Amino acid sequence: MMMEISATRRIVNGFMLTLSGVCTVLVVSVLFFILGYLLLHGASSLNWDFFTKLPKPSGETGGGMANAIVGSGKVLLMATVIGVPIGFMAGVYLAEYSGKTFAFAIRYVVDLLNGVPSIVIGIVAYALVVRPMRHFSALAGGTALGIMMIPIAVRTTEEFLRAVPTNIREGAMALGATKATTIFTVVIPAAISGLTSGMMLNLARVAGETAPLLFTALGNQFWSSGWLAPIATLPVMIYNYATAPEDDLHQQAWAAGFVLLTLVLIINVTARLIIASGPAAQRR
Amino acid sequence: MAATSYIAETLGRRTNRGFFARLRGGDEISYLVTLASTVSILLIVGLIVFELWANSRPTFKAFGFGFLTSSAWDPNADKYGALPFIYGTCVTSFVGMLIAVPLGLAASIFLAEMAPPKLSNFLTFLIELLAAVPSVIYGLIGIFILVPAIRTYLVPPLKAAFGYLPIFEGTFYGLSFLSAGIVLSVMVVPFIISVSREVLMAVPVEQREAALALGATKWETTWDIVLPNASTGIFGSIFLALARALGETMAVTMVIGNAPRISASLLSPGYSIAAVIANEFAEANGDLYISSLIFMALVLFGLTIVINAVARIFIMTTQGKGI
Repeated sequence: MMMEISATRRIVNGFMLTLSGVCTVLVVSVLFFILGYLLLHGASSLNWDFFTKLPKPSGETGGGMANAIVGSGKVLLMATVIGVPIGFMAGVYLAEYSGKTFAFAIRYVVDLLNGVPSIVIGIVAYALVVRPMRHFSALAGGTALGIMMIPIAVRTTEEFLRAVPTNIREGAMALGATKATTIFTVVIPAAISGLTSGMMLNLARVAGETAPLLFTALGNQFWSSGWLAPIATLPVMIYNYATAPEDDLHQQAWAAGFVLLTLVLIINVTARLIIASGPAAQRR
Repeated sequence: MAATSYIAETLGRRTNRGFFARLRGGDEISYLVTLASTVSILLIVGLIVFELWANSRPTFKAFGFGFLTSSAWDPNADKYGALPFIYGTCVTSFVGMLIAVPLGLAASIFLAEMAPPKLSNFLTFLIELLAAVPSVIYGLIGIFILVPAIRTYLVPPLKAAFGYLPIFEGTFYGLSFLSAGIVLSVMVVPFIISVSREVLMAVPVEQREAALALGATKWETTWDIVLPNASTGIFGSIFLALARALGETMAVTMVIGNAPRISASLLSPGYSIAAVIANEFAEANGDLYISSLIFMALVLFGLTIVINAVARIFIMTTQGKGI
């Protein structure tokens, strides 16, 4: 027998559930809103010069951001070299060697490090690298972003290594492999697709970071040679150009935003698809 | 975990062989290298705290805790006070959370309780992409699209309806606390949704079935049974988002107006801790100037660390593990 539900309760039910759906649509539509505007303003201001030319001196129109594109690449490479090995090795330790309590404590600290505002990390990189060397540099920018890469490197490494079944490890050890050989030649290769996608996501996350670069990498209107000179990066260029008064620079900021967002989203989608289709996801 | 036998095996192995034999096999090397990396993370965190503390000493010596309550900000006269910036950070985060919390909660209810799993996963995927959008892009959209839109469509009706309230006083030029709050809300909503959704989905199905069997509607089940069960985790997600909002730099810097003043009106321009550091740090000269900016960074660091620490504990207690 069906219980009679009062009209008010039915209306409240329908209304609230619809409202929750509307809110979801609202949030998701923001993504398309952002994509749409960047496509609209960014793609139209994008041309070949953007990728091949240097920025023009202020007052002149035209020019591109070739130096900032290369600069972003260099700073990100530096960040990867600094942040990923430490994070990866620590992740291996947590997954393969550590006791429970110590692993818990480290994980907690790492999560807190992940929550530190990026501008604060920038100040620390300034104090550690810029101040002793007395000038802004790609190295300082890379240090800031590298520190920011550590937490996610640790967590993804640990997670994907833990997802490797124990019997694979036991199989290797039964064949006489030492623990180190087991980890580095059996366990890590078994998790490699997850590990690489995790690192890609990590890179995509710091690729758009602007705040810690403002006073570490600073910026540069020209090519920057080596690792110890101030260097232009895409996110900082977007910020400088968007807040400048000239219309032409706004167009360039949109173009740079379009390039940056496209890169970040492509990396994100690819990495997430790899993770979703990987063995780790299916075993979960 | 089923790794006990594996661990017992390796432990046995370690005691049976000599140190150099193990070194040759790479065992001790890999153990020591990975341990050193782990410890180095602790050292980095220690270094962050030390650098912030040591570099903010001059300001602390000059002004003491009065720095936090003074609203003088005049680099030319070497006078510094953090109050306008602390105020701006709090107001923008508050406005942001005021919008983000109901929106995020509603969306996570939809994703966890109503949407079919495939749709829910797809929408969550899109929302995670939203979290991946760099903050400078939010700033770009904020300056050129959102601020004009707020000026044309949101502020006139707001002033017409609530113009008598002090929070909607004065002329609106575009760059303001309100604009920064709205941009922040969009930026932190994905964090609320992705954590809250997981927490809601972790509530046992039996709870829902029992409520529905007693004649509750779907909404009543969700509101009266599922939400209270997940409330700790949801508070965790809100705190997590709050910490993000407090520390968010670029998007806020681009739309807040960068004027160090304390005004009750949300329509007037302001400044935030992160924004003043972003704007003035590279050009700051003079030890006290730099030190004052770093002192504010220390305040921001402390605030976000505490909020994050609480958030993580909240989330852990509902999930049995960290996220």
